[in-house]
Parts: sequence; structure tokens; C-alpha cells
Amino acid sequence: MPTSAMQRARKKQRRGEIDENVRAIGLFVLSLVIFLGFWEIGARSGWFSKGMPTASLTLQELWWWVTNPFFNNGPNDLGIGWNLLVSLRRVAIGYLAASLIAVPLGILIGISPVASKAFNPYVQLLKPVSPLAWLPIGLYLFRDSEKTGIFIIMISSIWPTLVNTAFGVANVSKDYLNVAKTLGASQWRTVTRVIIPAALPNIIAGLRISMGIAWLVIVAAEMLLGTGLGYFIWNEWNNLYIPNILVAIIVIGFVGILLDQMFAYAERAVSFGGKSE
Amino acid sequence: MSLSTESPGESTGTTPQSESAFVAGDIQVSMRNVSKVFAGRTGWLNRITGKTSADFLAIDNVNIDIERNTFVSIIGPSGCGKSTLLNIIAGLSEASAGDVMMDGQPIEGPGPDRGMVFQNYALMPWMTVEENIRFAVETVHPTMSPADLKDVVREHIQLVGLAGAERKHPQELSGGMRQRVGIARALAIDPQILLMDEPFGALDALTRGFLQEEIERIWERKRKTAIMITHSIDEALLLSDRIILMTRGPAAKIDEVLDVPFDRPRDREAVEAHPAYRELKHEMEQHLFRETRAVEASRLS
Ligand SMILES: Nc1ncnc2c1ncn2[C@@H]1O[C@H](COP(=O)(O)OP(=O)(O)OP(=O)(O)O)[C@@H](O)[C@H]1O
Ligand SMILES: [Mg+2]
Repeated sequence: MPTSAMQRARKKQRRGEIDENVRAIGLFVLSLVIFLGFWEIGARSGWFSKGMPTASLTLQELWWWVTNPFFNNGPNDLGIGWNLLVSLRRVAIGYLAASLIAVPLGILIGISPVASKAFNPYVQLLKPVSPLAWLPIGLYLFRDSEKTGIFIIMISSIWPTLVNTAFGVANVSKDYLNVAKTLGASQWRTVTRVIIPAALPNIIAGLRISMGIAWLVIVAAEMLLGTGLGYFIWNEWNNLYIPNILVAIIVIGFVGILLDQMFAYAERAVSFGGKSE
Repeated sequence: MSLSTESPGESTGTTPQSESAFVAGDIQVSMRNVSKVFAGRTGWLNRITGKTSADFLAIDNVNIDIERNTFVSIIGPSGCGKSTLLNIIAGLSEASAGDVMMDGQPIEGPGPDRGMVFQNYALMPWMTVEENIRFAVETVHPTMSPADLKDVVREHIQLVGLAGAERKHPQELSGGMRQRVGIARALAIDPQILLMDEPFGALDALTRGFLQEEIERIWERKRKTAIMITHSIDEALLLSDRIILMTRGPAAKIDEVLDVPFDRPRDREAVEAHPAYRELKHEMEQHLFRETRAVEASRLS
């Protein structure tokens, strides 16, 4: 194709993409305006229940909390930034511990049919249990809200990584394994150079789901623990101040997006451009 | 190459096979009375779900001798057990009965003395072209110096005409280029025998033709023992010294072994002009036609 034609084709494609994005943003802004308008008018004219705050008040509060994240007037009056950091710290420690267990164990289960059969009952039994069911056990064992939070994160974020890793490892293409075999590769070399890279997309996908779960669970767990974003919500509920609860929900959502996008990026990096062969 | 099926009378070959096992030449691979049975599904769980199946005798009592430095093709109707046979030689699958020897030693598993080219390339998608080949060489020669390693990799990339594509990933390459990587990887470990299971099966006719000529060129340089499975009569005639014709499965046997007398190095035109070409081609067509028709007929009844 002559270069001018290629340039034209490229320009056309780009214009198509820009066009699509412009329209998507337009639709997004429009729906947001309608939503906020409905909320504002509805709250002012008392369509909803009595204490429902207006959209403008909520946004004002959001602005205030976001611009004053770090103040400390005692545990019941703590900047949202501190609470966020407390939650993130618990998630980071618990999640890391879970991953350090789940990935190697998942690899073992994926490789060895014996390990798979031996450990499967535990996984099947414990996976469907709600994380909050562990809360009393954690509190009883550790007698400490910090450790209990970390424990709950760990136990609830272990399963998706474990299951995905085991699945990915067990389903590594037979062709790759045959290549390793015909080369006479050692077991260790096969695992590190063939099986783990081949299963990496599955492992990362599992880590991503686990992170999502950890972030879901921490908020719920912290309502009963005493600090963190979950406690912030619980505290505002006790104060019966709904705008701050909405602020916390928005903050939690945004942080969740950021965490998820980190893994989405990692997933793209290991997807070997469309997989297979 | 010698051959002795259970009942040599069945053989309708143009090259009459003597019953005596003696063959001139230096035998590198020999299979004696080799059979392969795939175990059926039994057990109470399968019985409850009605999923039992009988044992399947894929190949039955096969005898093959392959001389050193010859190029041998295996051809036969689809599903007759060609891959099974090759996998047994590769050590990826075990014979249910019989002896498989290489250089007088029984084959007990896969090993780098046999280089394998896979039909679907089997390249590691997370490695570049260069890394795929280096991985193979490094695995086989863990103590090789980095400089030698680099030389071997570069030499084989050049051998298959992939210079310039070293840093590409397999999924950025065409099918023909991918199989070039597969061939380079198999040759780079310097195996005694090259095993190829329908190496060009997934390629279009034109690319296929190019790669056949490449293989001919490369083989003339190295003259390694090579065993190739193919469905293409022309491919077999262009490349092989011997062609093994297999009967249909189940219980596939070797029907006959053809000698291909064309001079080397070969090119397509000279091969097609050779007086023996038409007869050999006719013989193979007849064989494949007969076997395939029988397969279709048994499927209908
Ligand atoms: N693991 C297995 N379990 C049961 N049966 C098998 C197994 N592998 C192969 N078979 C059967 O053995 C027979 C021979 O298979 P094989 O793959 O060797 O044939 P092939 O000649 O290579 O066929 P194609 O030309 O299609 O590649 C087939 O009927 C197949 O269904
Ligand atoms: Mg096959």
C-alpha cells in the first residue's frame, strides 16, 4: 500500500476512535448531570426519606474530606486519608501473605494430581465460607483488631489465587511440556521456565480477583474493628450523618478502581499478545 | 531399511521384501514387534455413567529398521497411528509390547538425542524467536559458554532464514516462519535423529513448497537421520530415501516400504522428471486410496 493511502487509513481509523470516545464522554456527562439533578431536586422536595442529603451537600463534604485528608482528633475524628492508609496497610499485609501461600500451593496442586486430590476438600469446604464468619475466631485467637483484620483479609483472598493458579498450571498446553520433555529438561527447569510463564496469565487473573475480594472484605470487617474506612462508615452511621457515608463510598470505589487497574495492566503485560502458540 | 510384517504375503509392494531380518547398512533405530494399546475406560464410575470403552489397539506388531543418515517418511490414512509410532520413537509414549532400540540401547524416555518438530510448532509464546532456540540449547548444554551459546543460536537462525526476526515473538510471525523456528530449535540441539510430525500440515500450499525445499537444502548439509510423518505424496517423494506405507487402523501395520532412488541433492523438477517418479507416485496413490476407501466403508457399516 502506498504511504499516502496508509496515512489516510490510519487517520480515518483514529478519527473513528476519537469520535467514539467523544460520544461516550458526552453520554457519561449527560447521564451524570441527570442523575445529580434528579438527586438534588428529589432531596430538596422530599421525594426520598427524610434525612436524605442533597447532592450539593454531599459533593461539598467530599471536597472538604479530600482536601483535608490528614488530621487527627482522636479515633472517632480522623482524616479520611489516615483511615484509607490504615485500610490499605491491612489489605497489603493480608493480601501479600495470602499470595505467598496461594501461588506456591496452587502450583503444587496444579502439578501433582496427588496434591490436588489431597488438598481439594479443604479448598472446596473453606472457599464458600463468608469471610466475616472468621471474625469471631480471629478476635478470639489474636485479641487484637489489627491482627484480626489482616487475618480475615488473608483467609478470604487466598482462594481465587489458589484456584486460578492450580487451574492455570494444570492446563498448561501439553505441547510445551512435550518440548521440555524432548529436551530432557529437569523438573525444576520445566516448572520455572515453562509451567510458571505459561500459567502466568491465570495466576495474575487470580491475584486480581483476590485483590477485589480483599478490598470488599476489609470495609465490612473494619465496621467491627475500630479504625479504617469501614470504621469511618460505621462511626458516621452512629452519628447519623449520611453525607459522610456517601463520601466514604465514593472514596472506596475510586481506590478499588485504582487497585484493579494495576492488575489489569499486569494482565495485559503477560498476555503474550493474544495467547496460544 | 528392512521390514517384516507378520504375514509378508500381504505386502503388495513394488520392492519385494525378503523375510530375513538382515539388512545392509548401519541400523540406527529398530522396532521389533511393537504394539500400542490405548487402555479403554473401565471402572465403576464410568460404568454407572455409561461411558466405558473398549481397549484400542492402535498399532499391531510393527517392525521397522531405520538406517543412519537416511530420510524416512511415514505415510498412511488419517488416524492410523503415525503419530503414535513417532511418539514411541520420541519416548513421549511407551510401546505396549515389543522393543524399540536406538543405537543398540532401548528407548526409555524422551531425550535430546532426538529433536522433535511439532505440527502446531509448540513455540513458547512468552519467548522471542531467539529465546525459544536458546532455551533449547541451554537445556541440553547447561555448561555451554555464553559466547558459544550465542553462536549456536545465531547459526541456526541463519540456517532457517530467520535473520532479522530474532527479537520477534512467535505470534508476530506467519505460520511458515513459526515452523522455521520449530525446525531451528530442533536442529540447534544437534540431535542424532530429527523427528517431524506433519511439520507442514498447517501451512498453505505455497509456503509448504518453500519449506520443503528448505528442508531438502538443510538436510543435504547435515544428513542427519530424519523421520517425517506426512500426508503429502509429493513431499515424501521430494525428501525421502525410504517411504513407509501404513495400513489403516485399528491394528495398523506396515504395508510396504518404498525405496526412493532419486539422486541427491534434489530439486522438484529433476525429481518429477525421473523415470521412477510416476510409478512410485501411482503406487502411493493406490495405497492411500485403497486404505482411505476401506476406512470410509467401515465407517458406513
Ligand atoms: N491417548 C489416546 N487414547 C486413546 N486413543 C488414542 C490416543 N491417542 C491416539 N489414539 C487413537 O489411536 C489412533 C491413532 O492415532 P494417531 O494420532 O497416532 O493417528 P495419526 O495416524 O497420527 O492420525 P493423523 O493423520 O490424523 O495425525 C487413533 O484412532 C486415535 O483415536
Ligand atoms: Mg498425527
